[in-house]
Amino acid sequence: MIKAILIFNNHGKPRLIRFYQYFAEDMQQQIIRETFHLVSKRDDNVCNFLEGGSLIGGSDYKLIYRHYATLYFVFCVDSSESELGILDLIQVFVETLDKCFENVCELDLIFHMDKVHNILQEVVMGGMVLETNMNEIVAQVELQNRMEKSEGGLSAAPARAVSAVKNMNLPEIPRNINIGDINIKVPSLSPF
Amino acid sequence: MALKIVKGSIDRMFDKNLQDLVRGIRNHKEDEAKYISTCIDEIKQELKQDNIAVNANAVCKLTYLQMLGYDVSWAAFNIVEVMSSSKFTYKRIGYLAASQCFHEGTDVIMLTTNQIRKDLSSPNQYDTGVALTGLSCFVTPDLARDLANDIMTLMSHTKPYIRKKAVLIMYKVFLKYPESLRPAFPRLKEKLEDPDPGVQSAAVNVICELARRNPKNYLSLAPLFFKLMTSSTNNWVLIKIIKLFGALTPLEPRLGKKLIEPLTNLIHSTSAMSLLYECVNTVIAVLISLSSGMPNHSASIQLCVQKLRILIEDSDQNLKYLGLLAMSKILKTHPKSVQSHKDLILQCLDDKDESIRLRALDLLYGMVSKKNLMEIVKKLMLHVDKAEGTTYRDELLTKIIDICSQSNYQYITNFEWYISILVELTRLEGTRHGHLIASQMLDVAIRVKAIRCFAVAQMATLLDNAHLLTGNTQRNGICEVLYAAAWICGEFSEHLEDPMQTLEAMLRPKVATLPGHIQAVYVQNAAKLFATVLQKHEGETDSQVAQETSQLLVERLPLFVQSANLEVQERASCILQLVKYIQKLQQKNVEVADEVTALFAGELNPVAPKAQKKVPIPEGLNLDAWINDPPSESESEDEKPKAIFAKEEPKHSRSKHTEVDEKELARRREARKQEQANNPFYIKASPSSQKGFDAPGVEHIPVVQIDLSVPLKVPGMPMSDQYVKLEEERRQKDKADKKKKEKKKKREKRGKGRKADSGPESEEDITPAHQVDIVTEEMPENALPSDDDDKDPNDPHKALDIDLDKPLADSEKLPVRTHRPEMLKSPAEDRDGEAAPQESKKKSSKDKKEKKEKDRKRSKEEKKKKKKHKEVEEEPVESQPEEAVQSEETKEVSAPPTSTSAEASDLDFWLSSAPVPHVAQEVTAPPSAAAEDTSSAAALESEPDERKDTEPEDTKSSKHKKKKQKKEKEEKDKKKKKRHHHHHHHHHHHSDVGEDSVQNGTVEEEEPLPPMSNFSLLAENAYIKMVCDIQGNHQDESKVVVSVIFENKCSSFLKSMEFNVLDSLNSKLQRPEGAGPHDSLTVPFQLPPGVSNEARFVFTVQSIVMPQKLKGTLTFIVKSDDSSTHEKLDFKLHFTCTSYLITTPCYSDAYAKLLESGDLKGSSLRLEGINMPFHHLLARICFHHHFSVVERIDSCASMYSRSIQGHHVCLLVKTADQTVSIDAKCDEPSLLGNVLDEIKETFSKC
Repeated sequence: MIKAILIFNNHGKPRLIRFYQYFAEDMQQQIIRETFHLVSKRDDNVCNFLEGGSLIGGSDYKLIYRHYATLYFVFCVDSSESELGILDLIQVFVETLDKCFENVCELDLIFHMDKVHNILQEVVMGGMVLETNMNEIVAQVELQNRMEKSEGGLSAAPARAVSAVKNMNLPEIPRNINIGDINIKVPSLSPF
Repeated sequence: MALKIVKGSIDRMFDKNLQDLVRGIRNHKEDEAKYISTCIDEIKQELKQDNIAVNANAVCKLTYLQMLGYDVSWAAFNIVEVMSSSKFTYKRIGYLAASQCFHEGTDVIMLTTNQIRKDLSSPNQYDTGVALTGLSCFVTPDLARDLANDIMTLMSHTKPYIRKKAVLIMYKVFLKYPESLRPAFPRLKEKLEDPDPGVQSAAVNVICELARRNPKNYLSLAPLFFKLMTSSTNNWVLIKIIKLFGALTPLEPRLGKKLIEPLTNLIHSTSAMSLLYECVNTVIAVLISLSSGMPNHSASIQLCVQKLRILIEDSDQNLKYLGLLAMSKILKTHPKSVQSHKDLILQCLDDKDESIRLRALDLLYGMVSKKNLMEIVKKLMLHVDKAEGTTYRDELLTKIIDICSQSNYQYITNFEWYISILVELTRLEGTRHGHLIASQMLDVAIRVKAIRCFAVAQMATLLDNAHLLTGNTQRNGICEVLYAAAWICGEFSEHLEDPMQTLEAMLRPKVATLPGHIQAVYVQNAAKLFATVLQKHEGETDSQVAQETSQLLVERLPLFVQSANLEVQERASCILQLVKYIQKLQQKNVEVADEVTALFAGELNPVAPKAQKKVPIPEGLNLDAWINDPPSESESEDEKPKAIFAKEEPKHSRSKHTEVDEKELARRREARKQEQANNPFYIKASPSSQKGFDAPGVEHIPVVQIDLSVPLKVPGMPMSDQYVKLEEERRQKDKADKKKKEKKKKREKRGKGRKADSGPESEEDITPAHQVDIVTEEMPENALPSDDDDKDPNDPHKALDIDLDKPLADSEKLPVRTHRPEMLKSPAEDRDGEAAPQESKKKSSKDKKEKKEKDRKRSKEEKKKKKKHKEVEEEPVESQPEEAVQSEETKEVSAPPTSTSAEASDLDFWLSSAPVPHVAQEVTAPPSAAAEDTSSAAALESEPDERKDTEPEDTKSSKHKKKKQKKEKEEKDKKKKKRHHHHHHHHHHHSDVGEDSVQNGTVEEEEPLPPMSNFSLLAENAYIKMVCDIQGNHQDESKVVVSVIFENKCSSFLKSMEFNVLDSLNSKLQRPEGAGPHDSLTVPFQLPPGVSNEARFVFTVQSIVMPQKLKGTLTFIVKSDDSSTHEKLDFKLHFTCTSYLITTPCYSDAYAKLLESGDLKGSSLRLEGINMPFHHLLARICFHHHFSVVERIDSCASMYSRSIQGHHVCLLVKTADQTVSIDAKCDEPSLLGNVLDEIKETFSKC
């Protein structure tokens, strides 16, 4: 079982949190802080497993994480999950994000947390791995998005236009991606 | 209207959406909190609007704020509103918000039940999907109960997308509502073979998750998983299955044997590291489970270790980590194979990665021996010194202590070395583990008597230098060591060289800054030291020293009397008064030393941590019995339920417990005294043991010189390193000595008491420096060995420990929504409620049909299985061919006593892997047989084929094999027949023929029961034999199903069998439509020689209160090679009242209510001379008369059954020396009378 999925940036700002076990909000924040603290002080060339922090789970739990450019993807899992399998799963998830957002970068996660959640829900459900086939995940996400669009129809058009106008004065987002080893690289992005 | 919408959306575009919110927060870095609070105000305004789009937008923003740590539970109701929007866009937002912030305590959850149900049955698969995903995050026990049935239906949805989600969520439902597990499990099992890989993977996932917690209940699935493992190519599924096998093998070593080969193949063939790693892991688990019985698996171990070494040497840190992790598992059972890689592991200690270092540390734990302990610990001490970060240092510290103290200090040869290691560890800056070090010091000093002298000296130095430990104020943790030091110095003060000085050190004013509990120990032990000083100096002519000591105490103790800590205060004032009194006596020159010493006489022995728990309850002590009689009202209440049965013998009172005679009491008192005498926590009656020191003859190693030059070290402390050198020298000397000795004579047997060492090879060459006697911890006498004390009672998975092999009982259905509770209706009839929209109604009715069909199939399958077990069970009977006829009969007839044992025997069969020919190919399955059926049968049968090569390992006598083969042949035949049978069912639409054959799941498993069968002989002649069993039908209150097994006894072919019964007014054979009332029914099969088969006939009955007999005839044609004759056989079908009863489980509270209702009339029965165990008796009643046990207390049991027309039958069965009395109640007296007569008859037969 997966107990929690956390995505935060190099400064510990949460970008997505998904707990499959109930924790009160302040506890959630504490867990994020602790996890960030544990993970951030590790070099990039050490192993991706961490025996769980004291807050989340006991000895049965592990933190399995990957670090992509500015973002940490951390999964907290118990011993029923295969460590290497979860690492693969994180990769699948990130590649899926990359496909759905067309060259994903941290800004996508910042502004579209809801969409990231919707994608994640096609990968993991209630703490159990739902689908590992990227094409299948992307297909389902796209079908749902299409449905959403068709529902929006005419009445959503003005809102979309406004949103486009609003986005115009966004600083141009540098997006460079190299798909070889999927790196979400957003250089010089100031954290908030 | 359209205008309004457009206008609304134009208004809306100036509302803040999520992106605006995020942007806003980014632009208000300085006053983020303030900005967010204004946003929340806006959101509150938006939520008040009557526009779902605005609400949804607000909820979406709240979800974001929730991530930032803001509590948004106040908007729970708005979230529910958005969830119930008809638009997918908003619904999704609502469910997302709910899944992020709803939990079991959210009260609005109970409002969602209907909404979720509606979404689950939505024609749009994404509505359903979103609802399932959301539900998986916030399902509560109530939701699980109310929706379990809907979700179960979705498991057979046409879309794989929904199926896989429904399958996965079932796990959550099981967790919250364990009762759903058994009814849903068959379908879940079906999904293991779903055509869609995603669904299959989900099912594997769920079952693995379930099995991990309660593996024993899933052993019977092993063959199925084995098949999946050998056929699947999906690595995710494979990994899960292999992990599952890892959990199952410890329970069934034979499974392990079967697994080794395919796993080894996978290890060699796979390129996926994750899969390789899991295979290695499971092979290790298998080897562990086999380790006792199978020594010759060294090849597999070597393979594993070798693969792991490759992982550890890999540059990928992840693989290195996992390699070490798996290595530690091998270590437990095969330490030697790991020890050869010590170099590699020590190398990992230097790794820059903390996770890897920790893993390597774990491994070291298992790798130490007497020989290398000092060396390894030395290396670790070096790491301690240079470790940065307290967590890792603390970890090192605990590991050092773990390594040294493991298995009762097995590897320590020199305890002085160990004490000095502990003392060195006290110098660690800011460790949390002072307590751990302290308890080690105490443990060693108490249990290793020989070391006390040295330990006391060390502790005295520690106390003297306490300021170094407490240095900068109260760095918590390490000062705990002083607790131990003070106690050891006080308790073993006779070893102190200068007790006066230590006493002085313990009473320094600085001590008052220590934590209270340590001060308390200081004060108490100061008193002990005082006693020692008195003792030492009193004999001397000049009593100066003694008086000075008293003076010192009188001066210093008041400091402690003022302590804020109660414990310190109390002890200090008590001791102060005592000393003052002694001082007075001293001035009068009275000798007091002996009396003062007597205060602290007696030795404190270590007590095992579990000792208290293990004290056995003395015989005759009933902890549940009242000590005083309870208040009268509750007493009458207590008696009430029993009084319901008419003739209650007064024997059952609880006088049993009070009639203990005087002798017994005296004996117990004696025993208690004995126990107290052995318990160190009891103050003994007589000062029996003076505090004497009884460890003579210890070679005394001179106390090592003080090394003052070392900075930052406590002066006066020995360095453990020196011991390493010393030890080496000593060993060399020992060796030399030994050689000399050996030349003279053979090696002597080593001295007393040291625990037998099981260390490797040359271990025994190392003699311990001290002949130590490690005192073992005390346990109460006759402590019961039990290991069940570490289970967590709060584990939610405990509730899922459910036997899944028992057939489903009638009452085990998922709750279905009804307008008003109507228990008797079948679930299919009242499925759709008023709220469901029209289309979904249609759909659900379709589902219903499907479900019914499925159910039927399933029950058939179950039946088949059951039959199959039967065959396996009968095996021994068949080995007597000369009694062919006889055995044939028992074969058909003997049903397994319990279904669980049947399952087990099925597994046994699979595991015993005899070469079975591929049946599936030989038998041409009729096309109508359900496909899944064939495949599951094939699953079972095709296995052994592949495993022929592993066979030779099983050394079995050829005789045994023959028997097996015969059995298999038998089985083949059976299968053929079964197919037939199935076929027949399909064509004749006996749709309501005994869907569920009643099984007895209630039989207890205390002793093996004699085989029992409900089949009784119907009629027999030279050609054919008929046995039959009559069962009531659950679904229909007027139908009874008669299963008749026809067996061809002659060497000719029997065909055109026609079955007819002469109907009575009350009972009629059900004939196909259009047939006349006297037409006979064609038996739907033919019988080749020696073959038997079963047919079922349905009867309708009006009244069930009386037994009755029906006359019938079977006509058939006997066809031999040359001729054919027409034959007939008459029979009498006996409908007993028992056959109208259906095994129905009943909970005790419902049972009690039933009895209290007063609608039932009573009757009773007494059976004499019954000579069988009580549980056999119960099992018989259950089996033959379709009862179930409600509750059983000792030799008294309540039982329940229900007739097909809904009469309740309750029994209270009691037994006392060969007499069984049955009190019975039923709402139909004549039915009851007849049932009792039948029970009587059953027992008169045996």
